Amino acid sequence: MAPPPVERDLRLDLFRGIALWLIFLDHIPSNIVSWITIRNYGFSDATEIFVFISGYTAAFVYGRAMRDRGFVVAAARILKRAWQVYVAHIFLFVIYLAEIAYVSRSFENPLYAEEMGIFDFLRQPDVTLYEALLLKFKPANMDVLPLYIVLLGTFPLFLWVLLRRPMLALATSVALYVAALQFEINLPAYPEGTWTFNPFAWQLLFGFGAWCAVGGAGRLSGFMRSPVVLSLAGAYLAFSLAIVLTWYFPRLGHLIPKWFSDWMYPIDKTNLDVLRFVHFLSLAVLTVRFIPRDWPALRSMWLRPAIVCGQHSLEIFCLGVFLAFAAHFVMVQVSESVSAQVLSSVIGIVLMVAVAWLLSWYKNIERNPGTRPPDADLAGGEV
Amino acid sequence: MKSFIIALTGVFLCVSPALAGEQEDCAVAAHLVTADYPLPRVARAIAQKELKVVVVGSASSLLAGPGGKQEAAYPTRLEAALSKRLPGVKVTVATFAKPRTTADSMEEDIEHLVQTEKPAVLIWQTGTVDAIRRIDPEDFRTAIDQGVAAVLAADSDVILMNPQYSPRTESMIEVQPYADAMRFSALQHEVPLFDRFAVMRQWGELGTFDLLDPTKKTDMAERVHQCVAELLADLIVQSAKLPNAHDNHQ
Repeated sequence: MAPPPVERDLRLDLFRGIALWLIFLDHIPSNIVSWITIRNYGFSDATEIFVFISGYTAAFVYGRAMRDRGFVVAAARILKRAWQVYVAHIFLFVIYLAEIAYVSRSFENPLYAEEMGIFDFLRQPDVTLYEALLLKFKPANMDVLPLYIVLLGTFPLFLWVLLRRPMLALATSVALYVAALQFEINLPAYPEGTWTFNPFAWQLLFGFGAWCAVGGAGRLSGFMRSPVVLSLAGAYLAFSLAIVLTWYFPRLGHLIPKWFSDWMYPIDKTNLDVLRFVHFLSLAVLTVRFIPRDWPALRSMWLRPAIVCGQHSLEIFCLGVFLAFAAHFVMVQVSESVSAQVLSSVIGIVLMVAVAWLLSWYKNIERNPGTRPPDADLAGGEV
Repeated sequence: MKSFIIALTGVFLCVSPALAGEQEDCAVAAHLVTADYPLPRVARAIAQKELKVVVVGSASSLLAGPGGKQEAAYPTRLEAALSKRLPGVKVTVATFAKPRTTADSMEEDIEHLVQTEKPAVLIWQTGTVDAIRRIDPEDFRTAIDQGVAAVLAADSDVILMNPQYSPRTESMIEVQPYADAMRFSALQHEVPLFDRFAVMRQWGELGTFDLLDPTKKTDMAERVHQCVAELLADLIVQSAKLPNAHDNHQ
């Protein structure tokens, strides 16, 4: 097994940062700016990028900890991270409750008597809160963090195997994915149904990212640079774009033969449809080919904002979910105009960058022993 | 393109000068309601001078809520709008709508309803409850597919009507995947779709209706339902006039 690279790959931070921006833009309903996001140009969207890179960085960071400090210490760190994500998720859930509680008091148009059914969740807080704490009740746009919690919660064991027998770990991940699809395995959700992001399926992307981080990327590099693979990836992206175009111009849909659309649809996001996975792989192949690891622009000021966001992914992700709520709220209360949509999208991203910068600054002063308070535990402990 | 022109012509023909300004306003969304697929059973029923329509839906087909009156909702208005467009034809519209019903449980009712009611066309309005309860969109689409197949098998036509566009609750209820699933299902089965989501979004964007108005009064809701009824009646009449492509294929 090739030793993992010591220096952090800034491309990961860059693309995770961009993915966070795109997720934010996609989460604002009826936002004209979301037309620039990749989900409109192919099968996969920013979620795939986020999950893959999260798997990669998790293996990179905790893999080193597991080698240096052993299984117990690394596992403890991973579970602490999972706990942080859980707390962050519950925090966002409370904000969601606050918003629907406000709307239920202030909006009562008879035209939307049916939509007001969403407030039923407020009428039985005993059930709603309980199910939310169990991660079974998840409001719209709040499915990614629960997925991440489950993936992190099971990651110590996976990482242990991954560091010893990488191919076995990858094979297990693929087998679980196939089994999840074949036997329709998923976690239960409230009030009914199953998780929007099936963890048994989406773990494939996380596990594949982790496998790449511990030397898999090195094994694949020859394969990924072969002209045949590159052209196949390009062709697949073009094909995917053509199919997506038929969604926006339904009249083009008649050009797709019926047997083909019967075979292709549905392109299932819940279970990470293989068409989505291949689309992500194609994007990755072309990205790795055309953006080298030592690309000078990665050190330039221009890409810095995205990289900083990618380096604080959990905080910025949560902030993005909150800002998307806030942006929609402002649009509803103040103005829905196109300029309001553009303005709130831009302000949102600026805020994400500003907070990421603040977090970096904070991390720096915390790391500097000279300025560290002597008794961090008394001051509330290290976070 | 051809059907687009037909639909557009239909709008200009049907919006008579006698109608109030409001109705002309709601025609701004008429290009989103296109007669793409024929309704052969409706055509047959019109020829026989007796058109029976059944609406299966949830609360947004009732205009219910506190103090709501069912006769103000679009199905009753559709009966009037169709009667006006089809002089000499006896039009009846029956509503079978239950609040808080998902597509899956409606689908069971539908199989029974088409057998007992034998309508020329069944209008299936659904999606919002599924979005609130976050039913897997694929399961939702399966229910739609089964329902459509059941109606067609019982020798009735079917029109799908997707959820309302509700800007105020957009960040809480993700309706889009369900609206899309119904668009897709309509294309697959080659049945007409009343794209209520797109139509209402157009009205919201152009300011035809203030969909964010927190009013408790029903007058705006009634005007929206009137517009839905008018556009729906256009869709039915125009689709019934299309040549039946299925006759050639089958």
